[in-house]
Amino acid sequence: MNHPDRKGASILETQRLTIRYETTEAVQDVSLAIPEHQITAIIGPSGCGKSTLLRAFNRMNDFIPGAATQGRVLYRGEDLYAREVDPVEVRRRIGMVFQKPNPFPRSIFKNVSWGPAINGVRGNLRELVETALRKAALWEEVKDKLNQSGLALSGGQQQRLCIARAIALEPEIILMDEPCSALDPASTARIEDLLFELKQRYTIVIVTHNMQQAARVSDWTAFLSRGRMVEFGPTQDIFTRPKKRETEDYVTGKFG
Amino acid sequence: MGIVSHNLVRRRQLGSLFRVLFLAATLVGVVLLALLLVEVLRHGLGWLNLQFLTSYPSRFPQQAGIKAALWGTIWLIALTAVFSIPIGIGAAIYLEEYARRGWLSTVIEINISNLAGTPSIVYGILGLAIFVRWLGLGRSLLAGALTMSLLILPVTILAAREALRAVPASIRLASFALGATQWQTVRHHVLPAALPGILTGVILSLSRAIGETAPLVMLGALMYVAFTPRGPMDPFSALPLQIFNWSSRPQAEFFGLAAAAIIVLLAVLLTMNAAAILIRYRSQKKLRW
Repeated sequence: MNHPDRKGASILETQRLTIRYETTEAVQDVSLAIPEHQITAIIGPSGCGKSTLLRAFNRMNDFIPGAATQGRVLYRGEDLYAREVDPVEVRRRIGMVFQKPNPFPRSIFKNVSWGPAINGVRGNLRELVETALRKAALWEEVKDKLNQSGLALSGGQQQRLCIARAIALEPEIILMDEPCSALDPASTARIEDLLFELKQRYTIVIVTHNMQQAARVSDWTAFLSRGRMVEFGPTQDIFTRPKKRETEDYVTGKFG
Repeated sequence: MGIVSHNLVRRRQLGSLFRVLFLAATLVGVVLLALLLVEVLRHGLGWLNLQFLTSYPSRFPQQAGIKAALWGTIWLIALTAVFSIPIGIGAAIYLEEYARRGWLSTVIEINISNLAGTPSIVYGILGLAIFVRWLGLGRSLLAGALTMSLLILPVTILAAREALRAVPASIRLASFALGATQWQTVRHHVLPAALPGILTGVILSLSRAIGETAPLVMLGALMYVAFTPRGPMDPFSALPLQIFNWSSRPQAEFFGLAAAAIIVLLAVLLTMNAAAILIRYRSQKKLRW
């Protein structure tokens, strides 16, 4: 298990965040601070609001009809939901990897280069693509077939391609929504290894329903249940000496 | 065991019965189409030659041709495509990608579906009132093409929307998550992925416009034209009108001419469909599914 060696300054913070879908409250009054250059896991039973909370961090909930956000989400002290904030700019700086690998039906090269290209990045795209693919531990496998379709890769490779695609924009934060749930154990292990390397440069927030995964990879863990945050703390504490009874029941497998 | 196998035999028989029924239903269409083709070819092939394609209509069957009608149809379809394709695709993109779901979009949707089922003669009346009379375009190609565009717009929009809706939401989300704007997402991902389906819809609706006769009769397009149009403001005839004209004459020779013109009309249709398949194939190859 990982020991958070220091409590990094928080880069992302929610203050009394509540998110409603029509009439149901998916996230209720959640306040938490995500430390920089660490991996924070959000765990909890299905439907507890963990994905909704994650999408609040890069304003992807904007695409869900009827979703309403209350409270504040601060990114380096700036409210992401303030009137003058452009959600497009937010998403450029806070990347996201989805549950199911979703490469574009384009070449591997184009998958990685497109984000920087549309965001006006000038310079050597070829170098940029190589760097991103190397960081995503995919370069060696694809360097001779950059022109092939991203969809021709295996599921695990596709997900690393999606990680490379997010990295290519040099975000500060990468959000991951159950990135391994559609992958086999070997591919999962590769992604988990990758997470350790990525946290040197990026802050990672990962939603997972797999408690072993949370325990293996994360420094901090937030436990959500029915939209409320039950407990947030160093991963080791959450799994070995949780303060709340509900947390203990969940991490020991009594429910969920 | 006895009961089970008895039941199974009955079920199998019922299964075969329906198989035969459905096969028969399919054959009705195919056989009728084949009969039609044979009839048309039998009557028309003898009249089909270069002279037929390059002559204007005439009282004398031996000298009559479809030059004016063929060029009229080509002009009409080209102009209709120019108007209906951008407007149809644009409306579909707005409704599918931009419009918020609400009472207004519901009203628009119901309207489009209803318009798609409106008889074409109604569009003819509309075109006559608006384009020919009110806008003073006269019995010109422009008035005809605008009327045809109105006629096929609902179908074009519906087909394009279907194609856009078939693009997986995950592609849109992936694009937005990279800091793409709505337009960048549509332009680079949604539209290319939907293009094959959109093109199929567009070509199918244009094919419908090619065969339409009633609105042209309503507009007062000419049945007898001894010149080819040189611009969108010229009067015109079209293949279906020419066919209608010839087939309503008593002499047997004109019946043959009508059949020959039908062959040409079918050839134009097939060419368009072949073009659609080619474009679809090429645009699919650009994507790397």
